[in-house]
Amino acid sequence: MAYEKLLLRNAGRENSASIDTYLANGGYQGLRRALKEMTPEKLVEEVKASGLRGRGGAGFPTGMKWTFLPKTRDKPRYLCINADESEPGTFKDRLLIEKDPHLVLEGIIISCFAIECHTAFFYIRGEFQRGLRIFEKAIAEATARGYLGKNIMGSGFDLEVIPYRGAGAYICGEETALLESLEGKRGLPRLKPPFPAIVGLYGCPTIINNVETLANVTLIAERGSAWFASIGRPKNTGPKLFCLSGHVKRPGVFEAPLGIPLLELLNEHAGGMLHADRPLKACVPGGSSMKILPAARCDVLLDFDSLAAAGTMLGSAGGMVMDSSTCIAGALLNLAEFYAHESCGQCTPCREGTGWFVQILRRLEAGQGRPEDPDLLVDVARRVEGNTICPFGEAVAWPVASYVTEFRSEFNDHVTRKACPFGAASLK
Amino acid sequence: MSPDAGTPAGPAATRPVSAETDRRIDELLTRFPQKGSALIPALHLIQEEKGYVPEETMGYVGEKVGVTAAFVQGVVTFYTMFHRRPVGRHHIQICRTLSCMLRGSREVMNHLRQRLGVEPGGTVTPDGGFSLEWVECLGACDTAPCAQINDEDVPLLDLRKTDALLEKLRGER
Ligand SMILES: Cc1cc2nc3c(=O)[nH]c(=O)nc-3n(C[C@H](O)[C@H](O)[C@H](O)COP(=O)(O)O)c2cc1C
Ligand code: SF4
Ligand code: FES
Repeated sequence: MAYEKLLLRNAGRENSASIDTYLANGGYQGLRRALKEMTPEKLVEEVKASGLRGRGGAGFPTGMKWTFLPKTRDKPRYLCINADESEPGTFKDRLLIEKDPHLVLEGIIISCFAIECHTAFFYIRGEFQRGLRIFEKAIAEATARGYLGKNIMGSGFDLEVIPYRGAGAYICGEETALLESLEGKRGLPRLKPPFPAIVGLYGCPTIINNVETLANVTLIAERGSAWFASIGRPKNTGPKLFCLSGHVKRPGVFEAPLGIPLLELLNEHAGGMLHADRPLKACVPGGSSMKILPAARCDVLLDFDSLAAAGTMLGSAGGMVMDSSTCIAGALLNLAEFYAHESCGQCTPCREGTGWFVQILRRLEAGQGRPEDPDLLVDVARRVEGNTICPFGEAVAWPVASYVTEFRSEFNDHVTRKACPFGAASLK
Repeated sequence: MSPDAGTPAGPAATRPVSAETDRRIDELLTRFPQKGSALIPALHLIQEEKGYVPEETMGYVGEKVGVTAAFVQGVVTFYTMFHRRPVGRHHIQICRTLSCMLRGSREVMNHLRQRLGVEPGGTVTPDGGFSLEWVECLGACDTAPCAQINDEDVPLLDLRKTDALLEKLRGER
């Protein structure tokens, strides 16, 4: 099915990133409405009523998060935009930033008005240099036209948006590590509570939201919460960007309402499997940190609650598709190496556990696996899960335990055959 | 090391960066509510000028933002984009993570290894032209297997494109 493009309505246009293109297609009308017709309290209510849930990974209701800010005003409040996009398989925020930066920026301005914040930080991963340049240009354009800076559109509302370039660290996508990084330190996640809404950046109340979440705020301000809530499924409302990569014909970012079937995304939008003679083996629906779905269980709807019911999560909607030629243990080794490299090292279970995963999987792949190794992987994963400062622990424990459990016989085969059954052909 | 001998601003003899970089770092100090936040942007500026973050710049930049050289070193080593040694003029970073591996990133890396005679994370080619590195998911998995050369995205590599790219880069120097 084809769906109305809302988040990607401008992405296909010529000069889509320029403010003139944006304005010619109805841009900054949501901001106008917010500033002229609404109060901050009314806006927060609108976002709550829309049902918008965060697009960064956890699916937390955005309006509710905003209400966690303290009522007192003795300290400045900050918004940090999470443009760290480092979850393997995820590349949707990059598209929004590069193709329609004003949609994101308008959402940021509206959100800052709603939470009464006058300084926002745009934390973008260091590798997105192109996106950073485009976003900086958007900030300059919006400032020159009076949509940003002092007394925005004559409303008396002031806002500065400061871009901040990361420097290569997956963990800085975790919200408290992001704050540490913004303060000029190593990105070591903080213990919670206190939550950032109370004690965040520089010790001040801080909201952290994902790029796509904020782009959705623009839509809500434009067309209202009732309209937004009519898209998608109950409690899983609004349009969504879905990434699909790996063994598909047309990898890419696709927009659809929350709740479209995974198989529709795969077969219609991404053009089906890459090779006609290699059927689907498994799909990770939500970025590498989410549990794997074997082909037989891929008949699911892509929304927060449906995927939770299917035993996995929507996460960052970074879908990765593997065909019949893929060695699941080899794929897991690839990811285990990622997590071992990216663990910040603060918690012993995470630091040691990720090292163990790599060691065990390497010997399995090398044909030197021991009969107890598959169980050992699951056992170590259980010890990591729930025992760490930040959810990175789960982000590695979930894939490890689920890959082994769902594809147990393949792991056993590595041991009994004393070799990888897929040999050199897989994952070359 | 400093190429800007003779600029009147600041004690150039003890300043391990150019006057221009020094000025830009000073600007950063007032950009954020707390000057500590200027550290990572300042390190980016230093690397932009030098190609890496030399040891002797750490105390200098630390003093500006109010932290010790050891603290700066901790930050530099935490973030993978900061190099502590010079890299090639063309620093080729191949994505090693799952979506790229499923689409052949290992083959591309092996080919580059052979053609350039250097290892990922290892030495620079004798002419200083090239170095190789594995990096984690670049957030561009729709263009797998993909790479970055310095700050530029390079989508959809295969062996033929890799060869063409090497020819082009060799012509550029
Ligand atoms: C290890 C780890 C990495 C994360 N990486 C990102 C990221 O790259 N981008 C992002 O928006 N959220 C990321 N998150 C989620 C953030 O912590 C946070 O929940 C999110 O930015 C909140 O925004 P939202 O409510 O708008 O979704 C990550 C979380 C963890 C535990
Ligand atoms: S769980 Fe891992 S990444 Fe998170 S704080 Fe602990 S060691 Fe660091
Ligand atoms: S896995 Fe290579 S860009 Fe994502």
